[in-house]
Amino acid sequence: MEKVFDVIIIGGGIVGTATLDRLAKYDLDCLLLEKSDDVAAFSTRANSGIVHAGYDCEPGTLKAEFNVLGNALLWKDAQELGVKHLKCGSIVVAKEGQEDAIAKLVEKAKANGVEVEVWSRQQTLAFEPNIADDITMSLYAKSAGVVSPYQLAIAYADRAILNGAKIELEAEVTAVSKQGEIFEVKTSKGEYRAKVVVNCAGENGAPVNDMAGAEHYETTYRRGDYFILDNTERKNINTVIFPLPTKAGKGILVAPTADGNVIYGPTAVDTVADDTASSLASLDEIRRNVPLSYKNPTFNKCIRIYSGLRTIIGHDFVIGESKVVKNFVMAIGICSPGLTSAPAIAERLAELVTAKFACKKKNDIVENLPENKGLLELDEAELNSLVQKDEAWGRIVCRCEKVTEAEVVRAIHSPLPATTVDAVKRRTRAGMGRCQGGFCGPRVMEIISRELNIPLDKVRKGNGEDSNIAVCKVGEVE
Amino acid sequence: MGNLLYDVVIIGGGPAGMAAALAARKQGASCLILERDVRLGGILNQCIHQGFGLHYFGEEMTGPEYADRFRKLVEASDIEVMLESMVLSLTDDKVLTVLSPKLGLCHIKAKAVVLAMGCRERTAGAIALPGSRPAGIYTAGMAQKICNIDGYLVGKEVVILGSGDIGLIMARRMTTEGAKVKLVLELMPFSSGLKRNIVQCLDDYNIPIKFSHTITRVVGSPRMTGLYYAPVGKDRKPILEEEQYVSADTLLLSVGLIPENDLLGGTKVELSRITSGAVVDENRMTNVDGIFSCGNVLHVHDLVDNVSHEAEIAGESAAKYALDKFENQGETVTVTAKDGVRYSLPQRIHKGEGKVQIFFRTGDVYKNCRLIVESGDDLLLSKKCQILAPGEMGSVIIDKAKITGDIVVRLEV
Repeated sequence: MEKVFDVIIIGGGIVGTATLDRLAKYDLDCLLLEKSDDVAAFSTRANSGIVHAGYDCEPGTLKAEFNVLGNALLWKDAQELGVKHLKCGSIVVAKEGQEDAIAKLVEKAKANGVEVEVWSRQQTLAFEPNIADDITMSLYAKSAGVVSPYQLAIAYADRAILNGAKIELEAEVTAVSKQGEIFEVKTSKGEYRAKVVVNCAGENGAPVNDMAGAEHYETTYRRGDYFILDNTERKNINTVIFPLPTKAGKGILVAPTADGNVIYGPTAVDTVADDTASSLASLDEIRRNVPLSYKNPTFNKCIRIYSGLRTIIGHDFVIGESKVVKNFVMAIGICSPGLTSAPAIAERLAELVTAKFACKKKNDIVENLPENKGLLELDEAELNSLVQKDEAWGRIVCRCEKVTEAEVVRAIHSPLPATTVDAVKRRTRAGMGRCQGGFCGPRVMEIISRELNIPLDKVRKGNGEDSNIAVCKVGEVE
Repeated sequence: MGNLLYDVVIIGGGPAGMAAALAARKQGASCLILERDVRLGGILNQCIHQGFGLHYFGEEMTGPEYADRFRKLVEASDIEVMLESMVLSLTDDKVLTVLSPKLGLCHIKAKAVVLAMGCRERTAGAIALPGSRPAGIYTAGMAQKICNIDGYLVGKEVVILGSGDIGLIMARRMTTEGAKVKLVLELMPFSSGLKRNIVQCLDDYNIPIKFSHTITRVVGSPRMTGLYYAPVGKDRKPILEEEQYVSADTLLLSVGLIPENDLLGGTKVELSRITSGAVVDENRMTNVDGIFSCGNVLHVHDLVDNVSHEAEIAGESAAKYALDKFENQGETVTVTAKDGVRYSLPQRIHKGEGKVQIFFRTGDVYKNCRLIVESGDDLLLSKKCQILAPGEMGSVIIDKAKITGDIVVRLEV
C-alpha cells in the first residue's frame, strides 16, 4: 500500500467538511471519507438550519462553549463562502405563568455570554405579528438566524478541495486498525492509510470509535419530523419562533429558511439508528403544536415533509483526542446545536491535529469560492452576457425555483461534483419548489446522463445503486 | 433586443395556447405563443393513448395526433412562436419578462394576454405522505414523461395512489410494458377520474382499486420496498388497526392537478379558492382588463376537446379586446355554485344576447338528482341527471336574454 495521508476524516457532514476546510489550509495531506453519494447526506441535510444564539445550553458544557463560538464563526464563514443565510434573530415565546422559565433562560444567557432581551407582548408583536394570541412575552436573541446547512457543508467541501484536500464519496468505512503509528482504514471503496484519524461520523460516531478500539459510548437517537411550506408563505414570518425548551429539545419551531421557505418542526421521537421515516403521529403532533406559538399556520401550503436524526451521547458533545488510541481524534454525539457549533468544533479539531505535525499554513489559500450566482441573483445585463456566451443560461430547467441548465451543469462539474439528482438539487435548488421535481426531474436526469456520459437508467436519485429513477428501457422488463 | 409589441401574447403552447392563438389570429390580431418546452403541444405530447378529439374533431386520436392537428395550423399561419421561452413575470399592464436561450432576457408588451400555462400535479410532499422518502415515488405524469418521451420505465412493481386520469392511464401503460400494477388506492369513496378510464385501464387488466383507502407509510431506502395502507373512516383518517402491507418498488401519485398560476403573483388577477384558477367572465377575461385565461390553468378539464373550445373563446375575446372590437358588454351577474355543485364557470356573465355555456363539477357522486339553474327569482333550467360525478365535468347552456339577476347553479338530490 503506497500513500500515507497525514489526516483522514471519517464522515462528510457539517463537522467533517468544516474540519476538512480548516485543515486544508495547512500543508497537510488530507482525505475525507464519506459513505454516501454526496457530503451533507444525513443529519446535515435534515435539521432545522437554525444558527442558535446559545442562551439555552447548560453553562459550562461543550455545547454552550462551541455554540457561542460557532455562532460568530458561522456567520463569517457563510458570508465568505457565499452560502445563503439570514441573521433574523429568534424569539422564545411564553404565556402567562411561564415568566420563571424565561428568567432561567436569561440567567443561562448571561452565563454563556449571549446577548438577549425580554420583550413584552407588544414588543414581540411589533417584530412578529403572527404570534399566538395568548403569548404574553418573549426572549429575543439577535445573534440567531438561519442558514442552509447542506449548502454550507458543500461549500466547505468545495473550498477544501480547491485548497488541495481530497474527498472520497461512497467510501463507507468498515474497519479502522493501527499498524505501528499508521492507521489503516478499510472502506467499501478500498483501503486508505493515515497518521491521524478524525472521527466525524455523525450517526455512526460511536460505531467508528468501536472499530478503532477507542472509547465506547452508548448512543441514543431522536428523530425530528418537519413540514416545509411553499415560499408564498415566507411573507408571514420574520424570525425563528421557539416555544419554551423542554428536556427533549428546543421544541417545535416555526422558522423561515435561508432559501425563502418556511419550516414547522421538529418533533422529538425516540428511535433507532437510520430511522428517518416520518410518522403520522409525529406529523399530527406538529399540526397540534404549531398553533400554540404561531397564529396562522398554513399546513395546506406544505410542499414537502422531511425527517432528521439527532445522535445523542450522554448530555454533551464528545470532542477531543482518544485517551486509548493515540492520534485518534473525535467529534461525536454532535446533536443540536451541532450545526452552529460546527465551525468552532472544526477549529478545535484543527488545532489538535496541526499540533501533531510540523506544519504551517499554505501561502496561497483560497478563501472565496468561484462566482456562484444563480439566475435569480443576476441582474439583466449580467444574465444577458452569460446567455450570449452560453445558451444554457437562457434555458430554465426548474420552473418553480427558476434554475437554468447552466446552473445544473455547473453543479455537476463543481469541485465536489454532483452526480445524482438529489446532489444537484442541494446545490441548485432544482426540484426544491412546489412541483417537487415533477417537471424538472426528468430534465435534470437527462443533463446528468449527458454530462457524465451514463445511460438514463443509471442516473440515481441519491445514495445507493438501486436509487436509479428509470429502472430499464421500455420493452426490456424481465 | 428591444421591446416587442403584440396584440395578443399567449403564455403556453399546449392545446389551450394553440387554440387560443388560432382563434385570435382569425380575428386579425398579431399573435405570439411563448412555450417553455422545445416543441408545441404541451402535455399532449406524452399522452400517447387514444381518447382525444372525439368531440372536437369527431374522430378518436392520440394526444400527439391531436396536438399535431393544431401545431400544423399554427405553423401554417403567421402566428409567431418562441420555444424554450419561460415567462418570468407578468404585470397588470401586460408587460412580460421572458427568458430564452436565443434571446436571453427580453421584455414583451401585449395588448392582451391569454394565460394557457396548464396545470401541475400534486406531489407526495403536498399530501405529507408519511414514511421514508426513497427513490421510487413519482407523480404519474412524471412517470408518463419518462416512459413515453424518454423510453424508460420507472419501476416494475407498482402501487398507484389516487384515481386521477393520469394515474389510471399509467396503470394500463405500465402493465402493457410488463410492470405489475398491484393496487390502486383512492382516499375518496369514488374515483376522481373518468368512468371510461376505470373500465378501460383497471377493470380490463384486473387491477384492483380500493376506495376509501390511503397510504399510512412508505418503507424502504434508498429504494422503496413497499408500503402500508389502511381504510379511512368518515373523517378520512386512516384506521391504523386495519393497516395492511403491500410490497412494491414504485408508487405513482395521481392525487390532483393544480392550475399553475404562480406567474400571477405580480398581477391583481383574482383567483378562485375552489378551482385555483382565475375568476373569469364568459369571454374568459379575468378581473384585470385584457388578461384572459383558458384550459387547465383556468380549471382542470377532463377532456382536451373542452379545452380547445374554451381556448377559442378566450383567444377570440383577447383579439377583440386588443383590436378595440370588444362590444359594450353591459351589466354582469355573478354565477355561484351551491348545494352539491363544487364550482361553476364562468363566475361572471354579461346580460345581453345569445347563449352561454356554464361548466360545473359536483363535489360528490349524485344519482337521480336534478340540476337547477336560477337567475334572480327565475328558474332558467331544471334538468334530471342520472349520475353526476366529480371526475366528469358537466355543462348547461342558457339564454343570456333570460338572465334577470345573479345566477345560482345547484343540485336537488
